[in-house]
Parts: sequence; C-alpha cells; structure tokens
Amino acid sequence: MKKSWIKIALCVCLLAAAIFTEDINHLISFALYLAAYLVVGYDVVMKAVRNIMRGKVFDENFLMSLATIGAFSIKTYPEAVSVMLFYQLGEMFQSYAVNKSRKSIAQLMDFRPDYANLLTEKGEEKVDPYDVETGSLILVKPGEKIPLDGIVEKGSSTVDSSVLTGESMPRDVSEGDEILSGCINLNGLLTIKVTKEFGESTVNKILDLVENAGNKKSKSESFISKFAAVYTPIVVIAAVILAVVPPLFIEGAVFTDWLYRALNFLVVSCPCALVISIPLSFFGGLGGASKEGILIKGSNYLEMLSQAKTVIFDKTGTLTYGIFEVSQINPVNIEESELLAYAAYAESYSNHPISVSLKKAYGKEIDKTVLSDVEEIPGCGVSAVIKEKRVLAGNAKLMKKYNIDFDEKLYIGTVVHIAVDNEYKGFIVISDKIKETTAEAVSKLKNDGVTNIVMLTGDVKAVAEKVGEELGIDNIHYELLPTDKVNITEDIIKNHNEKEKVIFAGDGINDAPVLALADIGVAMGAVGSDAAIEAADVVIMNDDLTKLSLAIRICKKTIRIVKQNVWFALIVKFGVLILSAFGKATMWAAVFADVGVSVIAILNAMRALKVSSLNKQ
Amino acid sequence: MKKNYRLVGLDCANCAAKMERKINTIKGVNEAVVNFMTTKLILDIDDENSEEILENVKKAIQDVDKDVEMKRA
Repeated sequence: MKKSWIKIALCVCLLAAAIFTEDINHLISFALYLAAYLVVGYDVVMKAVRNIMRGKVFDENFLMSLATIGAFSIKTYPEAVSVMLFYQLGEMFQSYAVNKSRKSIAQLMDFRPDYANLLTEKGEEKVDPYDVETGSLILVKPGEKIPLDGIVEKGSSTVDSSVLTGESMPRDVSEGDEILSGCINLNGLLTIKVTKEFGESTVNKILDLVENAGNKKSKSESFISKFAAVYTPIVVIAAVILAVVPPLFIEGAVFTDWLYRALNFLVVSCPCALVISIPLSFFGGLGGASKEGILIKGSNYLEMLSQAKTVIFDKTGTLTYGIFEVSQINPVNIEESELLAYAAYAESYSNHPISVSLKKAYGKEIDKTVLSDVEEIPGCGVSAVIKEKRVLAGNAKLMKKYNIDFDEKLYIGTVVHIAVDNEYKGFIVISDKIKETTAEAVSKLKNDGVTNIVMLTGDVKAVAEKVGEELGIDNIHYELLPTDKVNITEDIIKNHNEKEKVIFAGDGINDAPVLALADIGVAMGAVGSDAAIEAADVVIMNDDLTKLSLAIRICKKTIRIVKQNVWFALIVKFGVLILSAFGKATMWAAVFADVGVSVIAILNAMRALKVSSLNKQ
Repeated sequence: MKKNYRLVGLDCANCAAKMERKINTIKGVNEAVVNFMTTKLILDIDDENSEEILENVKKAIQDVDKDVEMKRA
C-alpha cells in the first residue's frame, strides 16, 4: 500500500514537471511524461504483456495498456499518463474499500471463541474449541466467551447473549441451565458440561451461516455477471470498428481523431463499477442485518424480502407467547384471591395446562387435607369438596349441568367458571398472551408495504377473531390442522403475483413444511434451535416480531443501493460511449466513467452496512 | 462431493466473476460459486476423477489471475 502511494506521488510530480516543461523543451517533456507513465503503469503493462501472450485480449490490464499507449501514439501525453494514474488510484481505492468491508464484517463476527479451558485430571488446560469432546468439563471465567454449547455444572453468573440475538439483555444462569456458545460470561465462574462439539455448537453454526450467505446469489448479481461477460467484448469490438471503419469510408475523416474516440471506448470497457459494487452492497446488507440478530441465508432471500407483500403468521408462539397464563379474574360477591384459591384447590389433582396455570397464578402451597371428594366430570370440569363446601370448577357445560345461573360471554382463551355450594362465584380466564411488540410489528409491516397479513391458528374461531381484531389482522384462518396450514400457504403462493413474495413466520417448531414452502421462511426466536435454523431462509435470533419489519427495511435499502449503482453506472458508461462515438467526449470523461463511477458506486455500496438508523423509523 | 476453498490473493471482483464462469464450464464440475467478499470458492464436483477436476479448477483460476492461490478452507 505504502509503495503504491510513493509511486503515485512520484508520478504526479513527474507529470507536473512534464506539463511545466512542455513549452520549454519537447524532448525533456516527453521523457518526463514517459517516466511518469512507467512509474505508475509498469505493473499494468507487464501484466498485459503476460496476458496477451496467452491470448487474452479482454483483460483489463491489456485494455488499459492499449488505451494509454494509443493515447501516447496520438500525442495526447497528459491524458495517457492520467488515465493510467487514475486507473491505479481507482484500483487502490477498490482494494481499500473491499478490505474495509471485509474487516468490518469480520469485526461484527468477532465472537468466534479462540480457546476453551478444558478441565482435565491435571488441572485446567487451554485448548482449541475444536478439540473438546462432548461430555467434557470446561471452565469459563468472567469476561470470556462461552466456547461450546453445554449445561452449567457448577457456579452461577450473568451472561450477555447480544452477539447471538442482537440485543443486550443479560441473562442469569445457574446450575442445570442450558447455555449457548457465543454468549459472554459477565461475572461468575462457570463450569460447563459440553453437550455439543464445536462444529455443532450455536456459535459455529451462526458464523457458518453468515459467512456463506453471499454464496447464494441474487438475481441482480447473476444479471450483472452475465452482463459483464458480454459488455467488455462488445465495447472492445465497437472500439476496433470505430478506429478502422470511418477513416476508410468517410471522406475527410482523420484517423487520429477516430482512434481517440476508440481509445475512449477502451477506457470505459471495464464493467468494474458494477461487478464490485453489487456484491459489496449485498455483503453490507447481510452483515448489517446479522448485527441486528437477523440472519439472512443468502443474497437471493435478501432480494425477495425486499419484495414481500404477504406475511403469514402462525399465531401460537409467534404472535403470542405460546404460554398459558391467568389473564383475567372476574369474582362475583367474593374476593379475587379467594376465587383463585377455590379454582386452584379444585384443580390441584390435574396436570392439564389449565390446572398448571391456575396453580401457578395461586402461587401458594396447596393443603390437600382440606380437600375431599374430588371428582372429574369428563369434558366439563371438576367437582370437589373444599373445607366442607362443594366447589364446581369448569366450563359452561358444567354450570348448565348443575343449573347454575352465570354470565355466558366470549373471551379469548379458556374460561373456568366457579360455583360454591351451587352459587355462582365468577370466572377465571386463562389465555395465551399476545407479545408486547406484536401490534407494533403488524402496523410497521403495513407501513413497509406488506398488503396482506394472514394469521393461521389451530385455535377456535372466537379466539382467532379476537386476536385478529386486537392486532388489526383481518385475514384469519382458524381451527386448522397442521396439514391445513400447508394447504392454505400453498393456495396463497399459487394465487399471488410472481413479483410479490410470500413470507411465512413461525417459531420453527412443527412448522418446517410451511417454512420450506413459503418464498421466504422466517424462524422467530430460533437461537438454540437447530431444526429451525436448518429449515428457515431467514432466522431472527430473538422473538421480537418488529425485527421482521426491520429486516424488510434493511433489504429494501440494500436493493435500493444496488439499483442506484446499476443505473448510475449504466447511464454514465453508455452516455460517455455515445458522446465518444460522436467525438463529443474527452478522455477525461472516459476516465470518470471508469474510475469515478467505480469509486462513487463503492462509496454508495458501503452505506448498506449501516442499518442502525432504520431501527428507529 | 462438496468442497470449500479459500482463494488467497483474490482482490478483483471482475476476476472472481470470470473464475466462476470458467470453473463452471469445466467437465465434472456441477456447481461452482466464487464469493468475492469472503474470498471463498464452493465447489460441487463429481466423485469420479476428482483429482483431475481439481487440477483443472486450479488451472482455470491461475489462468485468470496467476497471483491467486487455492487453499483448503
């Protein structure tokens, strides 16, 4: 790098001296021009010679050498030197930009653990995480990265999982807890029993995924690749025709004049700006997304996400927590806590999720000595005697069966009615809770141009409709079996416009077929779930649904940058080509169309990496 | 069989594109992807004559840019 700068500086000095001496002595001036040219262009010319010996005429080095030597031959010395100078400057800038992007992604991915403290009979030993077998014990000190997935055997601590989830929410772990590699141990000393080899560990899987995302190329990349393959030959052939044909057939045409135009063509013949800026943009977009805990498995998915118009959600576990909790207590002539106590006692013998959540809400020890004559009434509920009072706890059917007057309204979730000594005492609603961020996420998606939001659920109609209403989702399908979910998704995909992509977002559990079926399968909160990471096209590491709209925004921004670069480069290049053909463009314009456009496109592409501002919109 | 390589010294995006096109025309190569940003080559080649195919891949790479070296990832 330093050597290149010295060459450039020397070239500039010689060039200045050459221009200065032009009026004094032509020979000295020419010698200075030649020296300046050789200083900066020697490498390029040598490469060109090597390549031409192997018959490669469409090589950039050869074309640049040809253009500059041609410029020398028609005595446009300053142009000849400058074209080479700017070409080299452009190349230097390119490699600088590429290295910078590679580095910033590498930094982003700087959670690869370098070592593990393996506990052996002789004590603790620093080893490569690759060499640790499952079942071994490792020690993780405060400040160190957890190198492998495992279970805490001894000790307790707080860990930071921000590199995995993009969110710095410290989590407490203690004996018996599962722990994922890639987290940082913040304070305590942990002994961990390794459950997965490094290759199978979370951190390695994520790194692999991010690194290989660029391997699946997008349509725009394939287009540019094909375009580049034909662009150079066409421009070069056009240059040859331009140099030879008009001087032969047009009367009064000056050969050097047409040669100058042809040389301009050669200068513009490299598709570099396009070829480099497009993968650079995608790389930035994918990297920026992964910084936010959104792993996109390929540039093709990034492109499709930007065209998403339909989002299908699985309700339970995605829109809602998927955990059943007491959400409402409606006592009638009784204390709230007393009503809950009756319900918890009556249901205490059952392990049904409803009973479990009642007991959890009650939160106190159940004294079974006060309980007698517990009788389950199938499909209805329970009858039990508690402190000599007969308690009925169950659904509407149970109340009707015992002719108890009650208020039969619809609620989201399961309603447990309670009667004591045949007197109605109120009801408790147990339901799955909608995630705090869901409503915001749905409205954000609508703002991001998603026109069709669909909810699929196995739940009953009343619950589905209520959830839909609360979230502003009007396209709901309820009482579905897993196969129905597949069929509905298939229908939606069949009946939509090719250019409007369909996203399916689920928690990655039991919905692998639908994840695979949708244009883009998004697994939410998938950290630690191998199956979900495997099946999905996009993995959102935590379960915050607003990340989905963030993902769409990142992809849209990236695609916008890609389009800007493609159009900008094409318009400038073809503009200069046309002007050159008519003799209206100088070689300076051609240099701009080559190097200038590359630099601008690269600078624009590097914006793709910056995604943090998109979060706040 | 799938193989991963690093292309050490790959610093020109157009060369990467050329290499990818060239490698994909080699007999026995089912799919080749050159990822310029991560300087990786992902090869899917036939099991038969794999040594010879790899030799041809190496040649194709050096043909585009002789300063690029193919290393096992």
